[in-house]
Amino acid sequence: MSITKVAGRGVYVPGNDIDTDRIIPARFLKCVTFDELGPSLFFDERFDADGNTKGHPLDEGKHAGAEILISDDNFGCGSSREHAPQAIQKFGLKAVIAGSFAEIFHGNCTTLGIPCVVMDKENRSRLAAQVESNPEEELILDLEGQQIIFANEIYPMTMKASTREAFLAATYDPLDNLLSARDQIQDTAQKLGYA
Amino acid sequence: MGKNLFQKVWDDHTVRQLDSGQYQVFMALHLIHEVTSPQAFGMLKDKGLSVAFPGRTFATVDHIIPTDNQSRPLQDDMAEQMIQVLSDATSEHGIEFFAPESGSQGIVHVVGPEKGLTQPGMTICCGDSHTATHGAFGCIALGIGTSQVRDVLASQTLAMDPLKVRRIRVEGELGVGVTAKDVILHIIRILGVNGGVGYAYEYAGSVIDAMTMEERMTVCNMSIEGGARCGYINPDETTFEFLKGRERVPQGAEFDAACEKWRSYASDPDAQYDDEVVIDAKDIKPTVTWGVTPAQAISIEEIVPSPDKAEGLDKDLITDALDYMKLKADAPIKGTKIDVAFIGSCTNGRLSDFQAVARVIAGKKVAPNVRAIAVPGSEQVDKDARAEGLDKVFEDAGFEWRKPGCSMCLAMNPDKLVGDEVCASSSNRNFIGRQGSPTGRTILMSPIMVAASAIQGSVADAREVFGLQEDAA
Repeated sequence: MSITKVAGRGVYVPGNDIDTDRIIPARFLKCVTFDELGPSLFFDERFDADGNTKGHPLDEGKHAGAEILISDDNFGCGSSREHAPQAIQKFGLKAVIAGSFAEIFHGNCTTLGIPCVVMDKENRSRLAAQVESNPEEELILDLEGQQIIFANEIYPMTMKASTREAFLAATYDPLDNLLSARDQIQDTAQKLGYA
Repeated sequence: MGKNLFQKVWDDHTVRQLDSGQYQVFMALHLIHEVTSPQAFGMLKDKGLSVAFPGRTFATVDHIIPTDNQSRPLQDDMAEQMIQVLSDATSEHGIEFFAPESGSQGIVHVVGPEKGLTQPGMTICCGDSHTATHGAFGCIALGIGTSQVRDVLASQTLAMDPLKVRRIRVEGELGVGVTAKDVILHIIRILGVNGGVGYAYEYAGSVIDAMTMEERMTVCNMSIEGGARCGYINPDETTFEFLKGRERVPQGAEFDAACEKWRSYASDPDAQYDDEVVIDAKDIKPTVTWGVTPAQAISIEEIVPSPDKAEGLDKDLITDALDYMKLKADAPIKGTKIDVAFIGSCTNGRLSDFQAVARVIAGKKVAPNVRAIAVPGSEQVDKDARAEGLDKVFEDAGFEWRKPGCSMCLAMNPDKLVGDEVCASSSNRNFIGRQGSPTGRTILMSPIMVAASAIQGSVADAREVFGLQEDAA
């Protein structure tokens, strides 16, 4: 199914270079399915050694049920672990807005149907401040129009062209498309001596 | 106009362009391990799919394996289950599995090259961001997510956007005590943790040309830490010499033919690049990190930066990093007390890493308050090191010599920091909480710098501790 629009309340998690070890610490990767990863999202940022909450934005009452994550530059750097976007999705978040994204993370999110949207610093700061003071209001990510609407204001955003195209054409999970070229795959393998 | 290696390998392996504008690219070699791959077999089952090219996928166990007692079943039930799921899935689908105690197990990026599975001109992928390591052989080597592992199992292809290529030439000669690890830490320091986004890095220049294959692997390994999707080095005689006689490499006349083919993938002399950076080897000193990203690095001779001299977000990043690391601004990094010393990982867990350390630590002792462990990257590395008596040299100096695995690089096994311990580490990431304790602190450096720091009990300059001097000309 194509993804043309994502609507939901926002939450701002500030910081550059938020790596996948922070998004989900390695000890939570000990699992054979992704099903239970939601509660582990940002675990060590949210809880101290005794399990007491540290007052992370995700745990603030006013952001309960938020569905769109806003952060800063180079979000998702580090490991290729798909556990990171899986935890984001299982936690209930549907899209991420950031200054920029690490590439493997971006690719993993896309395949799972989580749009990663880029917004410049000035607009992002303004949007984050607006969301902070108006947490009940829904953000609308309009992938077709390449804009974000919040409280009747329009914010410009960008997306990688091929990614946007894949969301609109419902091919963001590429597997069926890849498998439709079985003969060409065989030909390439033959040509390279890999068959 | 000539082509660079990336373009040649990409063109050769492209199946077709997709409607989205991406390309469908054939993967010559697929490596899998127990953390990011078992789930992909479940996804295949859900869709009723089989593995398209089982002979092009190889499995090993590295992240969760204990380095003390590896006897099965493992004491950790979930770790045991993860190995079992991988073992069952590989046997069901006819995939070769380098199981623990088979003599072939090890860190996936150590095993591929040592068996000769990694060969020039290949596209290689693995559910692990340090797959870039294999680029040392002149490959496009990509870290991928689990859904992409599924894609490769089912189709042996990936949907990808092409990358730009930045050539990074390191020219001159490295000083004594300056290693491949210092070269890559220095590059990341200069270009930043996201400087490589959208790029493949081609490492070139006289310093890279003079490196051994194991040194080249150390450089390519950390490409991802600079934000590059992959990094590579053009194949040359050093590459072919390394591959000659390895288990999965063609032999005899076939080897000569393979070398011809491999040579043809090297970037043409008139190849075009999207960007070029030149680094003077003289500027590279033994380098250590002071913060929580690999770009937050300085030479051992420098002082820790101060937020007062930075602006905006940089100021916040420095302040936060110093808070976490409990380091003082404007103070020397040398002399920072350490609790743990770790030599190992896919960055620096190969035979030559242990040989280099053994040459300098013989007759020296690890400081009494430092816990020091040496973890070979594979069963083969362990065997070769033992044959040379390296394990004894390490043990005599006060290191524990462990069994192979990823170990304390990411602490998914029992090897972890405790509380806010400081670790001098030959691994690749100094992220917050990376080494198993949410408050643990990591200082990245080369293996000989780790050894010097272990002996001193604090961050030390290997050149001073081991009396390394330039040869008199």
